[in-house]
Amino acid sequence: MNNKEYQKLVKKHTPKPKVGKNAAIAFFIGGLLGSFSELLQELYGLWFHMPRKEAGVLVILTLILIASILTALGIFDVAVAKVKSALIIPITGFAHSITSAALEYKTEGFVLGIGANIFKLAGTVILYGVVAVYFFGLLRILIMGG
Amino acid sequence: MTTIYKNVYVKETATIAGEYEANGPLKKYFDRTYTKDLYFGETSFEKAEIKLLRDVTALILRKSRLKEKEVDVIISGDLSNQIAASDYAMRDFDIPFLGIYNACATSSEGMIIAANFIEGKIYKKCLVTTSSHNTAAEKQYRNPTEYGTPKPDTATFTVTGGAAILLTNEKTNIKITSSTIGKVIDKNTMDVNHMGAVMAPAAADTIYRHLTDLKRAPDYYDLILTGDLGIYGKEILLDYMKTAYNLDISKQYNDCGTMIYDLKKQPVFAGGSGPACSALVNFAYIYQALKEKKFKRVLLVPTGALFSPTLFFQKESLPAIAHAISLEVVE
Repeated sequence: MNNKEYQKLVKKHTPKPKVGKNAAIAFFIGGLLGSFSELLQELYGLWFHMPRKEAGVLVILTLILIASILTALGIFDVAVAKVKSALIIPITGFAHSITSAALEYKTEGFVLGIGANIFKLAGTVILYGVVAVYFFGLLRILIMGG
Repeated sequence: MTTIYKNVYVKETATIAGEYEANGPLKKYFDRTYTKDLYFGETSFEKAEIKLLRDVTALILRKSRLKEKEVDVIISGDLSNQIAASDYAMRDFDIPFLGIYNACATSSEGMIIAANFIEGKIYKKCLVTTSSHNTAAEKQYRNPTEYGTPKPDTATFTVTGGAAILLTNEKTNIKITSSTIGKVIDKNTMDVNHMGAVMAPAAADTIYRHLTDLKRAPDYYDLILTGDLGIYGKEILLDYMKTAYNLDISKQYNDCGTMIYDLKKQPVFAGGSGPACSALVNFAYIYQALKEKKFKRVLLVPTGALFSPTLFFQKESLPAIAHAISLEVVE
């Protein structure tokens, strides 16, 4: 049996990922998280008499804190298995990737462990995030003049 | 290459299993279970795996009432880089050591080397040990252990455990009768979350060569047992053996990866994997079943994906191997 025929045989016995169901769960739970953030932003504005933009930063910090604590308690990865990408795509996923790497490599020390590995997963997001921001910023200046 | 043995026997086995394995259906067959957490009192997962190997080696020496000096060689391997768990565990034993690696097929590789030493009358007593540790393997091969990412149903769950077997030239009730060394087979599978598909052709090739070399029909064996193909890999193997070799082994066939866990209740996707998966099932449950004569002839075919994360990122497909070794009850 050649490789192509074998891959066909494999496909026959491989369950298809439940894309529709997973996407629906992610959309619903991700949406809930978005609504919670919106509510928090309104409340922060109300409680601390903050402009909307500054309240937004505080919301992000809150979400990062919650995600990191849940990661350390071993709850976040269990939740992700249940609600799929709903928690991985938002800022909570970014915080989770950094906290989980820090936890993992603490056994190798502060410098060669945590320091060298904390951005193991997040590094890609940071690098291409910065590059993308640069180019979109450039496009904005060229097209809209600032 | 298939070899027949006339003077190789199994003297003793020892097994230590982790929490998930202790919650599975084979709990009563394990000598010891460590169920508090995955650290076993050590400060890291890697050190916990060393402890597993150290403890299981000490346990088999005690069970077989042997002093370290009486063992000719210890052959050990595991999943960690530089097979570090084996290397570090064997510091504590005054026994000559051979380190081996064939991923999850390591136990059968070790048993074949040991059987050849004994059959060739070079050594009299050879100890074979292996281990795997769920979170140490996750850390090395995948993501940080606390990192959650959705996994497909075809993924497997690395077994935590240490297992040891003592082979000897002294007659016992369980004899090693033959072995077939596997070839590295690569059918161009590119999915690291579908190791069953990666390893099934290697298992099929070894089983087919074993049966044809010895001119045996599958029903010569009461049980043909692969290592860690999982639910879907099992289906693939049976279909592949029928289509490629016109051989039907469905009546005798099972897979350790689907036996070690309760697949309906435990969150292990397609089943167990890792060197300790087949070793725990074979050295605990199968060994006991042979002693009780529930099975009389068993063909063990541990399967291993010889996969390097670096080469996978460099777009290489995944090679696999499987070695077969047969155990029979002496009447």
